[in-house]
Amino acid sequence: MAKARKIAEIAKKTSSFCPGCGHGVVIRLVTECLEELGQENNVIFGIGVGCSSLLGGVLETDRLHCLHGRAGAVCTSMKRVNPDNIVVSYQGDGDAYSIGIGESTSAAYRNENFTAILVNNTNYGMTGGQMSNTTMPGQKTTTSPKGRDCSTTGNPIKFPEFVASQFDIAYAARGAVNTPANVNKLKGYIKNALEAQINGEGYSVVEVLSGCPTNWGMSPLKAMDRIEKELIPYYPLGEFKTREVK
Amino acid sequence: MGDMIKGNEAIAEAAIRAGARLYAGYPITPSTEIMEYISARMPEVGGTFVQAESEIAGINMVVGGAACGVRSFTASSGPGMSLKQEGITQLYDEELAAVLINVVRYGNGIGTLYSAQCDYLRETRGGGNGDYRIMVLCPESIQEAVDLTVLSFDLAEKYRMPVMLMTEGALGQMMEPCDLPEFKEVKRQPWGFDGKYSYKKVGIFDRDSMKEAVLLNEKHNTIKATEQRWEDGNVEDADYVFVSFGLPGRSTKGAVEQLRAQGNKVGFIRPITAWPFPENAFEKVNPNVKGFITVEANATGQMVDDVALTVKKMKSSAPVYCLPYVYGVPAMKAIQADFAKIAAGEIKEVY
Amino acid sequence: MKVKVDAIRCKQCELCAANCPKKAIAFSEEINEFGYQTVVVDHEKCIGCGICYTMCPDGVYEILG
Repeated sequence: MAKARKIAEIAKKTSSFCPGCGHGVVIRLVTECLEELGQENNVIFGIGVGCSSLLGGVLETDRLHCLHGRAGAVCTSMKRVNPDNIVVSYQGDGDAYSIGIGESTSAAYRNENFTAILVNNTNYGMTGGQMSNTTMPGQKTTTSPKGRDCSTTGNPIKFPEFVASQFDIAYAARGAVNTPANVNKLKGYIKNALEAQINGEGYSVVEVLSGCPTNWGMSPLKAMDRIEKELIPYYPLGEFKTREVK
Repeated sequence: MGDMIKGNEAIAEAAIRAGARLYAGYPITPSTEIMEYISARMPEVGGTFVQAESEIAGINMVVGGAACGVRSFTASSGPGMSLKQEGITQLYDEELAAVLINVVRYGNGIGTLYSAQCDYLRETRGGGNGDYRIMVLCPESIQEAVDLTVLSFDLAEKYRMPVMLMTEGALGQMMEPCDLPEFKEVKRQPWGFDGKYSYKKVGIFDRDSMKEAVLLNEKHNTIKATEQRWEDGNVEDADYVFVSFGLPGRSTKGAVEQLRAQGNKVGFIRPITAWPFPENAFEKVNPNVKGFITVEANATGQMVDDVALTVKKMKSSAPVYCLPYVYGVPAMKAIQADFAKIAAGEIKEVY
Repeated sequence: MKVKVDAIRCKQCELCAANCPKKAIAFSEEINEFGYQTVVVDHEKCIGCGICYTMCPDGVYEILG
């Protein structure tokens, strides 16, 4: 007998994400976890600029469209003044790792007690598919038309690993939305991250490998394939900082 | 009269007493003492102090605090204030109340450490994108800075917009006797986030900008009609009226007094709000006035534009002169000497 | 019936159909007002495993307990 499953009330409005975009799954998982933890009426989202901004029209919760890249700073102060609310920053790889790398890093550095959900689709989606800091070597984008040359643009950044290894944070993980098994594991990571926040353990981050069929120029199914074959080998899934047993 | 206190410390203490319970900022001369003072004082009153990693992070932390309905503020100068412009236009757009303290220093780019008034046009026009405005208050003394700091928070919440206390390096650094205000009750604003979604919002792609434009203009017109503040003296029979704010405004008042004693019919208008500009002050001015003279601490003359616009609005043809002293606080002697040149036709009008 | 289908939410990404272990999901010829073919579940084949719900980004499915 299957368990009853229904999308959360606070995220039941239809969205404008592209067909097959991972954002729809991620926000479903985040809001499911909030409901299961009894926090769905106790949450404030700090939304990044980019495809994440489309959440502003979906979520029926307290939420702020943060300036591009700055959700790490906005969520810092929101959590400090409202410690009893769950504060979630919801950003893409462009928002969090390029323009926002300072704020994202500093929030982790200070071990701020909010949860960062960072959706990595290896490009700047909303603006039409430019190169981002997570674009793979050789990946063609609108600003790396011959394929990304890492010798001049740097290698794709691995943020959860970086903050887990360099700073004292509560929890860091990376998941993916390409298979049912990965989606289920991802939900576990998100739940862990939110529980870490509820327990006051410090900064938690979950990066999610998502497809971007539109800008990758492939069908959603092929995009899931790309995640499996090209992205996961480079961006390993799993927990990089596990919660301390208290 | 109260004890001697340094300008920056007085402003910081005034904000605490006004109920400010979040400060986030970054050090920059000549505003740094505000942050240093707050780093010790804010924890004493149970508020939140964050030394942000940058000026940009600082203003965004103020956005977060304001979004939760907490009285929030930051202080900066020069290039630091430039970095905050995006945050300021967002505070306006989100209808959030916050106070910005600009302890103005002279120069472009990295600038200098001299006291100045060279940010006037940016603050009164809005340095971020869009056609927003912020209220700008300009004190001439530490006492007035303290009183205006408290007022800034009230105005910010009344109109749900950012309000700036635009002071000068010299005022931040000097000491004067000052009475500090009473402690206000600390309250959360009703529009603040509480996690329960008490106030519905629309996403950025779902807005009606035409409708918002009407409301924006209405808000500005209301503020212009009701919140002008200024001090004036001897304008009814004046041949020349000086217009000057802040510390140069104080020098100007002194110069006017001395010029009057020598038989010159001069008066002054000292704007206390730079935005809304105190146009109403000009109604009392002698209809046969021979000219307006701004006294400013910047290179190009900035407030002179607002005086010219006001004169035009009044349908007057009085010329408008400008004495831009670049930086610092002009001596009363210098103002008097330059007045003589204006009266003798040696300095030409700007408008 | 083990699953409820709110077909108008579907954007035909086909992740559900590709992952359904019973191949119970198909898309009809009929195009809806948003330009997508309508998703159709064969309720005879469906075992209510919930994988469609897991993969769907658009909240098309509700698994009945």
